[in-house]
Amino acid sequence: MADEVILLNFCPSVFGMRIRIALAEKGIEYEYREEDLKNKSPLLLKMNPVHKKIPVLIHNGKPVCESLIAVEYIDEVWKEKAPILPSDPYQRAQARFWADYVDKKVYAAARNVWATKGEEQEAAKKEFIEILKVLEGELGDKPYFGGETFGLTDISLIGYYCWFYAYETFGNFSIESECPKLIAWAKRCMEKESVSKSLADPHTVYDFVLGVKKRLGLE
Amino acid sequence: MADEVILLDVWASPFGMRVRIALREKGIKFDWRAEDLSNKSPLLLKMNPVTKQIPVLIHNGKPVCESLIIVQYIDEVWKDRTPLLPSDPYERAHARFWGDYVDKKIYSTARQVCTTKGEPKEAAKKELIQCFKTLEGELGDKAYFGGKTFGLVDIALIPFYGWFHSLETIGNLNMEAEFPKLVAWGKRCLEKESVSQTLPDQLKVHDFLLGIRKKLGIE
Repeated sequence: MADEVILLNFCPSVFGMRIRIALAEKGIEYEYREEDLKNKSPLLLKMNPVHKKIPVLIHNGKPVCESLIAVEYIDEVWKEKAPILPSDPYQRAQARFWADYVDKKVYAAARNVWATKGEEQEAAKKEFIEILKVLEGELGDKPYFGGETFGLTDISLIGYYCWFYAYETFGNFSIESECPKLIAWAKRCMEKESVSKSLADPHTVYDFVLGVKKRLGLE
Repeated sequence: MADEVILLDVWASPFGMRVRIALREKGIKFDWRAEDLSNKSPLLLKMNPVTKQIPVLIHNGKPVCESLIIVQYIDEVWKDRTPLLPSDPYERAHARFWGDYVDKKIYSTARQVCTTKGEPKEAAKKELIQCFKTLEGELGDKAYFGGKTFGLVDIALIPFYGWFHSLETIGNLNMEAEFPKLVAWGKRCLEKESVSQTLPDQLKVHDFLLGIRKKLGIE
């Protein structure tokens, strides 16, 4: 019996990108449905009544919410191919720790970069770069955060790469000059088809952020 | 070769309690070390250089940080007894979702109710009531959030049961009247030795929260 896999998403969402990458890594066919966040579908509200947010993975009619939880679910269900988490419990805990660090730190700091200006923006840029530098430190000289293979932590972070153009333009700074190893890592990830097909176009993201800034009066 | 298990913690931390409960559920002997958060030990700073927070589990010299990540690590390492997560991937995702919900919603909101006054307190109280109602809905008529067996979500939430007295006195909530299922669940969990040995007396927690209020100058 074939699996029915649906992804409720919103194209610029870094969280949706994580699930798209995981599904692509595993070679899973799925139906992609773009949500209008100003007019959420009855299906979204039914499948994620608690948070009412995308992304939602629906597998044979049953919803899985929260992107990193969905990625682990995908790894456990389709376990014969392209493992996303290591098999050793200690390595798994490390992967989860760093994915959690990305979750707790990057989104809010990045948002402050494009949503503020003046002194507030300078402080936001400094904090954002500091967080990226911590991640660079963890990456070290490894090709991926997981070591030789692309894994959970890489998946948790790489979606932000297509937002870098927007951050750099609105923040008037260069992420590459501050974090060259991280950019090298990102380009390495982009060589993977699962990543290059799942990330949004940076100009689409830029236009989206510009739209949000206008709507919120943040220009 | 015997395992060396050390837990860096503070008695009042609900996050530390989660780890203590998990270790006790599995019958694992551990060396509990109280940290002074105003004067963190070199060991804590070395074992958790990223967030510098407790709890930190140190297993044979290697650190694991973030309470729910630690609980899952404990479950995976000592997998021969008392499973804390279900074996089915969908049920696991479901448990992780609710553990994540508790993490995102309960601590900061409950703390705000107990350590602020006026508008922020009322806003937090309103949100907390909604969260408890949502959790009661998820619990339903089950003995535990995990169903028949005590598991990850129960472990994530039960430390906050120790705050119920404070929520009643400071927050002016009638927990038993408003959330009878949650209170019944809390009492059921307390019948377990791992929980009763771990949860401090509610009055001790209350004194602790009053101490914070005093320090913040809240009357």
